[in-house]
Amino acid sequence: MAALPTTSTASPTPEGGSPVTTVAGAERLPRRRHRGLRKFARNRAAVAGAVIVAFAVIVAIFAPWLSPYDPIATSFMTVRQAPSALHWFGTDELGRDVLARMIFGARASLAAGVVSVGIAVIVGVPLGLLAGYFGRWVDAIISRLADALLSIPFLILAIAMAAFLGASLTNAMIAIGVSAMPRFVRLARAQALTVKAEEYVEGARAIGLTDTRIIVRYILPNVLPPIIVQASLTVATAIIAEASLSFLGLGQLPPLPSWGSMLNTAKDFVEQAPWMSIFPGIAIFLTVLGFNLLGDGLRDALDPREQS
Amino acid sequence: MLRLVVHRALVAIPTLIIVSMMIFGLQKMLPGDPVLAMAGEDQNPQVIAALREKYHLDKPLPTQYALWIGDVLHGNLGTSLRTGEPVTTLIAQKLPVTLQLAMFGLVIAIGIGIPLGILSAANRGKAIDYGANVLALSGMSIPNFWLGILLIFLVSVRWQLLPSSGYVPPGEDLWMSFKTMVMPAFVLGAALGAQLMRHTRSAMLGVLRTDYIRTARAKGLLRGTVVLKHALRNALIPIVTVLALLFGELLAGAVLTEQVFTIPGFGKLIVDAVFNRDYAVVQGVVLVTAAGFIVLNLLADVLYVLLNPRLRRA
Repeated sequence: MAALPTTSTASPTPEGGSPVTTVAGAERLPRRRHRGLRKFARNRAAVAGAVIVAFAVIVAIFAPWLSPYDPIATSFMTVRQAPSALHWFGTDELGRDVLARMIFGARASLAAGVVSVGIAVIVGVPLGLLAGYFGRWVDAIISRLADALLSIPFLILAIAMAAFLGASLTNAMIAIGVSAMPRFVRLARAQALTVKAEEYVEGARAIGLTDTRIIVRYILPNVLPPIIVQASLTVATAIIAEASLSFLGLGQLPPLPSWGSMLNTAKDFVEQAPWMSIFPGIAIFLTVLGFNLLGDGLRDALDPREQS
Repeated sequence: MLRLVVHRALVAIPTLIIVSMMIFGLQKMLPGDPVLAMAGEDQNPQVIAALREKYHLDKPLPTQYALWIGDVLHGNLGTSLRTGEPVTTLIAQKLPVTLQLAMFGLVIAIGIGIPLGILSAANRGKAIDYGANVLALSGMSIPNFWLGILLIFLVSVRWQLLPSSGYVPPGEDLWMSFKTMVMPAFVLGAALGAQLMRHTRSAMLGVLRTDYIRTARAKGLLRGTVVLKHALRNALIPIVTVLALLFGELLAGAVLTEQVFTIPGFGKLIVDAVFNRDYAVVQGVVLVTAAGFIVLNLLADVLYVLLNPRLRRA
């Protein structure tokens, strides 16, 4: 029957040379990984993505040492000053240094990206594996739940949840995580379904391994590559989602900086202080681009069937 | 064929029920007792009891859900706490505005995404392909509200070509309506066009690799004819389904676009409702969106089969 093509970019089919026996599989796996790594290193766009992501992570971690000013200290002497040698990216409506706020804002964005995708993976992948492996009513229940979550657009669900949970960065991360979860449920389920039918899984069952062992030992490793690809691409979506929620006033609360909330105030000063909107936007754009490039590169390296 | 439609519709029903339960559950996540908040200063136990009875909050949870879903099925989504108007009326007022924006955005997305995807696939590995890919990746990575702010700064503030905000119904002044809509629609369509380009490209690449395309080329047909007539028709099949899935993103994107350009649509309705703690409106908007999305997916499934002769016969 006509299956809906998933929006996920990773293919839910097993990799080209799936191991025929467990022994051969165990031997072949590391070598295949090395090949993937070499392929990734040769892909210039992917390496550029990795460099951008690494840069953003370093900025977020070392924010207190890198920042030229206190990101929340206001100063009425320096309200809305254009970029200068003192304030490279200018100052905002309360005289705060835009660069300092951007450096600290990296923390909110990256935390939101990583934590929310972490929630989605930790909850979604086991559910998907259970659904795919056990089938029947387990699958029916989990799949309908995932369908239901998928039927509410990502941002609308996140807005609704943020509304009922209350506005804060933590709640935004939970909301984004929950709304990203069904992607991982579907991906893990599809992968578990195909791997389940492989001979080596039949073999493992025949020698009496428990379901838990089979899932952890044989199914999970096969599910991982597409999950990693999907995770890095979803971090990109999650960063935009956090910026969007903060832009709407439903994420990071003032005075703490986030790129989205900086743009929220900046939009009222487009005419008088365009630098307030230009630089935080570039930061979001580059970080998201980095994760997208990284995800594309990982997909090409790990998933031979889905090459662009 | 009919069996397929019925089957798909039957699968959609439990999904809809679960969605409605989740949306009902949202209000139970609210911290504090809503009745105490409603009673305000007057903490008279009789008033509180009366309110609890009025909103059926004294009944067990399944009963509360049954009463709520019964109302919903009768087209009663509750009343707005702020304006006192029925939620359905509010949605009926705002939805057309958003649909207009979304359709306009969709046209722009299709206009950019599909031709670029075809060009890119037909010229795989060449400069056009590279350029189109860079464009698509940038389009996917740019937050649409930021693109909106930048455009307002350039087009409205600097060049003073288009109004920066507002909404004019097309029935009132068609030209003005177009002028206020074109920038938001572009902002909305850009990200979608980028994704559409990538889907079109990969669908086209898949088809261009097949034997019948090689045969068509071998018998001397022009490259353009083969690409546009033979390949595109088959490549379009998966794209139709992708479009239905992307429509959800279009609605979500509209929330932000409407906020940036102050357009009084569906998105502005939900955001304002969130800040006014007008929960009935929030629930109503989410429910209508989800139901619309499920129906649209159902249609896409049916269309997918209709377009695909092999499945039609099955």
